[in-house]
Formats: sequence, C-alpha cells, structure tokens
Amino acid sequence: MGLDFSVIPPFYGTLLLGVLWTIAITAASALLSFFGGILLAVIALYAPAIIRLPVRFIAWLFMGTPLLLQLFLIYFGLVQIGIDLPAFVAGVIGLGFHFAVYNSELIQTAMLAVDKGQMEAARTLGLSRRQALVKVVVPQAVRDVLPPIGNNMIALLKDSALVSVIGVSELTLSAQRAIGQTYRAFEFYAAAAVLYYIINLGMEAVIRWFENRNRLYR
Amino acid sequence: MDIELILKVYPYFLKAAVITVELSVLTIVLGLICGALGAASRLSRFAILRFIGAAYVSFFRGTPALIQLFLLYFGGPQIGIQLDAFQAGVIGLGVNIGAYMTETMRGAIVAVDRGQTEAARTLGLSKAQAFRKVTLPQALRLMIRPLGVNINAQIKGTALVSAISVVELTYTAQRYIGSTYKPFEMFFLAGVLYLIIITAVGKGVSFLDRKVRIQ
Amino acid sequence: MTETKSFVEIRHAQKSYGTLEVLKDISLNVERGQIVAIIGPSGSGKSTLLRAINDLDPLTGGEVWLDGVQVNKNLPHNQYEKHINQMRQDIGMVFQHFNLFPHLSVRDNVTMAPKLLKKISDKEADKLAEEQLDHVGMLERIDYYPAQLSGGQKQRVAIARALAMKPKLMLFDEATSALDPELVEEVNLVMKKLAQEHMTMIIVTHEMDFAASVCDRVLFMDKGVVVEEGPPEQVFKNPTQERTRNFLRKHLEGAK
Repeated sequence: MGLDFSVIPPFYGTLLLGVLWTIAITAASALLSFFGGILLAVIALYAPAIIRLPVRFIAWLFMGTPLLLQLFLIYFGLVQIGIDLPAFVAGVIGLGFHFAVYNSELIQTAMLAVDKGQMEAARTLGLSRRQALVKVVVPQAVRDVLPPIGNNMIALLKDSALVSVIGVSELTLSAQRAIGQTYRAFEFYAAAAVLYYIINLGMEAVIRWFENRNRLYR
Repeated sequence: MDIELILKVYPYFLKAAVITVELSVLTIVLGLICGALGAASRLSRFAILRFIGAAYVSFFRGTPALIQLFLLYFGGPQIGIQLDAFQAGVIGLGVNIGAYMTETMRGAIVAVDRGQTEAARTLGLSKAQAFRKVTLPQALRLMIRPLGVNINAQIKGTALVSAISVVELTYTAQRYIGSTYKPFEMFFLAGVLYLIIITAVGKGVSFLDRKVRIQ
Repeated sequence: MTETKSFVEIRHAQKSYGTLEVLKDISLNVERGQIVAIIGPSGSGKSTLLRAINDLDPLTGGEVWLDGVQVNKNLPHNQYEKHINQMRQDIGMVFQHFNLFPHLSVRDNVTMAPKLLKKISDKEADKLAEEQLDHVGMLERIDYYPAQLSGGQKQRVAIARALAMKPKLMLFDEATSALDPELVEEVNLVMKKLAQEHMTMIIVTHEMDFAASVCDRVLFMDKGVVVEEGPPEQVFKNPTQERTRNFLRKHLEGAK
C-alpha cells in the first residue's frame, strides 16, 4: 500500500473541526494553567503550612509523573467519586493543572526575585499584604517569566494531543477517525502533523507579539 | 486506599517499570546521539547541513510526539518501515527527544565565551583543536543540567508508547484502572514507581553536575 | 493612656534583634510643620528609627504617636493590619532606592494606591496624577515607565507617589544617597518646596548642608542613642558632645 494523499480532501471538514477543538482545548488549558500557576505560586510562598504542604506534595507528584497517567486519573478518578465530567472538561483540568504546576515553579522563583523594596513601598502607601501581592509583586513576577511561560504554552499545545486517549475529539482523534474509515494512517497523521505545525507557528507568533508588547517597562 | 489490591497487582507494575526503564535508557541514548549529530549540523560550516539540522529540530519540536509516534508505527508500513511497538517507541521517542537535546547542546556550545576560542587560536591551535580542547569540555559542563531536564521529561515521555500498546507503566496502570475501577490506587502505584525512577536519575545528574563543577 | 501633646511623638523607642540592641530608649517630639533631620554614622540606628515610625521595622518597646493616634497600637493581628494600613496612608515614605513600581507607568505609580484605597474615580485619579507630578516637575513624563527615567526623576516621581496619598507626615530615608551627584539638587529642590509648604518631615540624610538649610532641628544618633539634639546652627557649629564633633569632622574630611 503506497501513499495516496487524495484520500484527505473528503475529510477536510473533520480535520478542520479537530483543529478548532485543539485550539479550544489549548486556549482553555493555557488560561487555567496561567492563573492556576499564579495561585499555586502564592500558596507555595505565603499560605499557612496546613494548606501549603499538601499542595506542594500534589505539585511534586504531578511534576514527577507522566501527563498521560494524570489524564487517566482525572478522567476515571472523578467518575469514581461520582463526578462524571465531559472528556473535554477533564482534558482541560488535566492539561491545565499539569502546566499550572510547571508555571508555578517559574512564577515562584520570579516572585522571590522581586526586590523587597517593592513590597515595602506598597505597604508604605497603605496597601495590605494581599493588595501588595496582587498589584505589585505578582504582576512583576509574571512579566519577568513570560518567555518561559510562553515555552510552556507551546509544550501544552503539543501535549494536547494526549487528550485524544480520553476521547476528546481534537485533531489527533479526528485523524484517527479518518484513518478508521480509510485505513490510511500515514496520510492522515502526516496531515495532522502539518496542521499542528501550522498552529504551532501561529501560537509562537502570538506569544512573541505579546512579549514585545510587555517589554516597555524594562 | 485498597492496600490488598495494591499488594496483589504490584508485581505486574514492577515488571512494567522495568520496561519503562529500558525504554528510558534506549530513548535517551538514541536522543543523545541524535542531539550530538543535530547540534553538529546546526553549527556546521555547510549551509546544507545547517538547513537539515534546523529542519529536524523544527519538525520534531513543532509537532506532538504522539503524532510522530503514530506516523512511524501506523504509517511506517505504508512506506516500507515495519517495526514492532517497542522498536517504534524507542526510535520515535528517541529521535523526538534528540531534537530537544540538539537545542540544549547547541545552546551550551554557543554559550561558551568566544574569547576562549580566540585565546586558543592565538596559542596556535587549529579551529578543530580549539573546539575539542577548549570549547567542548566547557560546553559539556554547561549542558549537564539542561540535559538532565530533557532526560527527566523523556522518562515521563515514555508513557506515550502506551498508546501503541507497549506494556510499560502507564499502559499497565490504565489497564488496571479499567479492570479494577480503582484509579487512585493504580495512579499511586505507577506514580511511586515513576517518582523512584525520576528521583534516582535526578540524583545521578546532580551528582555528575557537582563533580564536573569542582574540576 | 497618656495624652499626646506633639504632632509626632516617639516615646522610649527600643528595638533589638536578639541580643543586639539597635535602638535604646529614644524619645522624640515633632510639631506640626516642623522638619527634623536625623544624622549619624551608618549602623547608628537612624534608618531603623525612621522605619519604626510607619512600622516597617516594628519596635520591640515604646510607642509611636501621630496626631493623637498611636501607630503601633497593641491589637489582635487582623485588627492591627487594618489599623496600620490606615495609619500608613497618612505617613508618606521615600526610599533610598526609589522603589518605583517598574511594571506601572509614572501615572499609575502615582494613582495606584489612591484608586485602590481611596476609591477615587479614573478622572479624579488623572487629575491627581497631573497635580502631583506637576508639583515635582515631572508632568511631561507622566506616560513614561520608571526604566526610562534618571535616578533624580525617579525619586521625584516617588515623592509625588507618596504625596498623592495626602499624608500628614513625610519620611525620607536617605532620599539622595543613591543618586549621582549632579542629580541630587533636583530632589533637594523638591524637598525644599515641601518645606516651604509646611509639610511635616523627618529626614534621614548624609547631607549636612541640606540639613542645615531646611531643618528646624537636627538629631545626631550613634549606636542606638540620640547623642545630641538641637537647632542646626548649634549642632553643626557648636556641638557639645565629643562624638558629634568627631563625626562632623570625619564627614567634612570625607566630603573633600
């Protein structure tokens, strides 16, 4: 069986839908991982031990185990405790939390690197500790680590392919569906690869634009 | 937590962990080879090699590893590449991580101060000698830690071959989650084994890192 | 509680880190509109004293009062946080290293706290920013970011930021020490302007000339105690204490 790329056009619609779902799940997970990362960083640095230690432990667990395994845990584990989530939501939670842990490591380091005088100046103006964190420390820390967070988001896009195993109809699963009907694995996986590559390029461009926009204050 | 169940199934997980270790070792070795070749081509004098190196990095870092694996394993036979799942896993993931390692190694070599090469050249060393004797030893030190990050990612990355039915840790965990409906226990069991492997390798990397730093 | 008479009162301030005592029973009264300079060698405790006034470095003993209210009141933690945040709104502070917020424009540096704490509208905030920046001569840089300013300009913005909270008292912690010599004067001019407007100020400084020209009173501190206190003419020209004379002599030599 040689290669025959003419099998692809009838499935343009399927693949396009897959692309849209891939973008949707990437965007939703990226948002969750961004804000989750900030929250985890603040918890890791400022929460009382009773909250901090369990959260740190779970974060450590999630950094040391494969994302795929975590997706199974979340998808099947939540069902077991009576929460039957749509695959898409389970996928967003899994991807989002996994990358939130990585983002939080970056943000924590950056928060510790923010000059102590910043907190002092904010407190001197009458801001509470929480207000100073939200208005002064966190924004600076986050801006300082935008480039590595951008890299994490690119990694997230590629790892979004994994949610196909829990049945999210994103690009990888769409390709598999087409293959199920045509038995043309090479053509459709190659097509999926090209599409991922294009999304990747687009995402890199967006991230670079965003970084440039935030460069002024340095 | 169902301890009884854990005690009953853990031997299967141990066996699977051995497969995970084998996969990790083989993919990392292949990755290091690909990385070295990739870095050499990206820094080559010849434009064609630089282009090949850049294309290699760009494709493998620009698309999901899972897709690459499927392309090789399911699509391979159409272009005359017949591999069993384990072989496909090693080659697919090894070549993939090699692209990341290419960038790590290239970055380390480029990071060595230019003045080092200049100093060596003024002593009369050839370009190749200066690279071998001065730049490379310093670059090797610089790359241990970031390569450790690549390796750590790759150990977790071996989980992908569960999708082509290689019976490693994640596949085993998934299987038992399906048959026992005890996701937390199975996650715990597989998680502990992954953490042991990763912690051991991490210790090895930082030991190596400390050792070369003292020299 | 005893009644206060002065605008700012520090009573028996004491501070130690473990066994190291950095402030030893210091008392100080400052009247409304007065300007007091604190001078002394590094490690004398002068910055610690200043930072105790707004509780950045809490005292281990003694009291600080501002306008009839005790700053370092003994309250349960939660209530104390509320109380001190309220008090700090009335106490402006200017730091040696400016501590401007680098992620905010000059305008937002000035308006962030008033908007957040006094709930003023965007329009009022803009007006406030323009007023305060005009006051320190930085109006034309209102949409710049701190990284685009010189040290002197940064410090003037930092002063505007503090003034925007309409404080009753201003604290200056070596406001010109980190500046290149040619940038010191522009900041001194702003401080002189505040003096003419009768702002109550406590100034920790290394600049004796400046202290002599604007201050009503000078405190010389060494090793955690006030060695000498009086009008600038007396402290600078006719110091009564040996330690003060030594310090001033060394300082003059250093300046030459």
